[in-house]
Amino acid sequence: MRFSGLRVIKEGLTGNKGWSAHWRDASPKDAYDVVIIGGGGHGLSTAYYLAKEHGITNVAVLEKGYLGGGNVGRNTTIVRANYFLPGNSEFYSHSLKLWEGLEEDLNYNVMHSQRGQIVLFHSDGQRDAAIRRGNAMRNQGDDAELLSVAQLKRMVPYLDYDQARFPIYGGLLQRRAGTARHDAVAWGYARGASDRGVDLIQNCEVTGIDVENGHVTGVQTSRGAILAKKVALITAGRSSQTAAMAGMRLPIESHVLQAFVTEGLKPCIDHVISFGMGHFYISQSDKGGLVFGGDLDMYASYAARGNLPLVEHVMEAGMTLMPMIGQAKVLRSWGGIMDMSPDGSPIIDKTHIDGLYLNCGWCYGGFKAVPGSGHCMAHLVATGTPHKAAARLRLDRFKTGFGLMDEEGTGAQHNLH
Amino acid sequence: MRITCPICGERDRREFYYSGHAMALDRPTEDAGSDAWDDYLHNRDNTCGEMQDLWYHEMGCGAWVVVTRNTATHEVIATKLAEEAAS
Repeated sequence: MRFSGLRVIKEGLTGNKGWSAHWRDASPKDAYDVVIIGGGGHGLSTAYYLAKEHGITNVAVLEKGYLGGGNVGRNTTIVRANYFLPGNSEFYSHSLKLWEGLEEDLNYNVMHSQRGQIVLFHSDGQRDAAIRRGNAMRNQGDDAELLSVAQLKRMVPYLDYDQARFPIYGGLLQRRAGTARHDAVAWGYARGASDRGVDLIQNCEVTGIDVENGHVTGVQTSRGAILAKKVALITAGRSSQTAAMAGMRLPIESHVLQAFVTEGLKPCIDHVISFGMGHFYISQSDKGGLVFGGDLDMYASYAARGNLPLVEHVMEAGMTLMPMIGQAKVLRSWGGIMDMSPDGSPIIDKTHIDGLYLNCGWCYGGFKAVPGSGHCMAHLVATGTPHKAAARLRLDRFKTGFGLMDEEGTGAQHNLH
Repeated sequence: MRITCPICGERDRREFYYSGHAMALDRPTEDAGSDAWDDYLHNRDNTCGEMQDLWYHEMGCGAWVVVTRNTATHEVIATKLAEEAAS
């Protein structure tokens, strides 16, 4: 089934009876070339690129719940490539380029909207840091523009510019950044993978990973044993549990990150805006809701909901930056479980077990990484060598101290990111 | 979430600074080797369920408190002073 404008019109005029399911709800076979544990954004994109780029289609994606029911449906949908350090810089740049061709590639409307992201600064020191970051982004080949207060006032007149505590000095704009429809990304990749022969298996919880003589041989699941030549762990949020089945302890601590959405409003916020003096960032969904979030609750949690102190902080920061949103009613809040690594950056690597590959540690970067992560992970699984855009996302960097990607410059240790 | 400081009693979570898993109390010896130190500094059990972590009563009495807590529900099960837990 191909989507096109003509098809939409035809179906609209004939009662929308011609649409079919977007993917096959498969049952597990006895054996696969590759088993992917985790049917979220990253697992589905890995399956898609394994099939499309490497012709490996004897693949199963095992999902313990339903496809896209985890963090790919629990984020704030922002897509950007404004990282500073080697490793993150080339990886997120690679991912953003894939985003830009994604809808055509998948023949699926993921509502990718390059509306621009503005990161505000509020002091001379922050301006210097923004210039330095902007130059790093441009050196990587991505776009960055420094905005003066006058330019900002024309673009986003509703900010509280002249308040005494946190006056706005300017902003760093990436025009190619924006948002996408998060569920559609999962569905689009699922459809693309399924069409190429990948089995997407829902309600199938992996309960064990079989290893013989240092080689992975398959997995035990709630729907029986499955043999596999290669197994990919792509379960960010639950990485420690899946890796433990292979006897591994990971440099990961799980934390909850909260986000909020208001009732639907007329279009008023045209960009993604990040406050520079408190943890607050905001965009407006196509449905009209203001989608915003803040920082981690800052203690280990799997609860998928946060506590009130962070809610209060986010609301205060929002009101400080743009008092106009004070009348909007918050409809709901939610929490996603983040795989936090010691340096706040991800891991795509082999493990000490032959045929077992690891994709984890996405911290706050998981959603925008979906295309890049799948693309690089598929390359690693298919060829056994890292993709050049992800070669620095190594598991052993904490042990060796080489190539740490501590974007915030706070030190590569838990609890600081 | 409210945490009971063994000295001050039940207090708001905001009074405490979180310092991660209570394995910090099991510091390897200086000559334990790089694997032991890597494991201590970076790797975590990261339990979903009951675990013990270390909180500093920063805006209270300044005590380090070992909190037994359920990470899936945020229930605080027990607390004791780190100096007692470590001894």
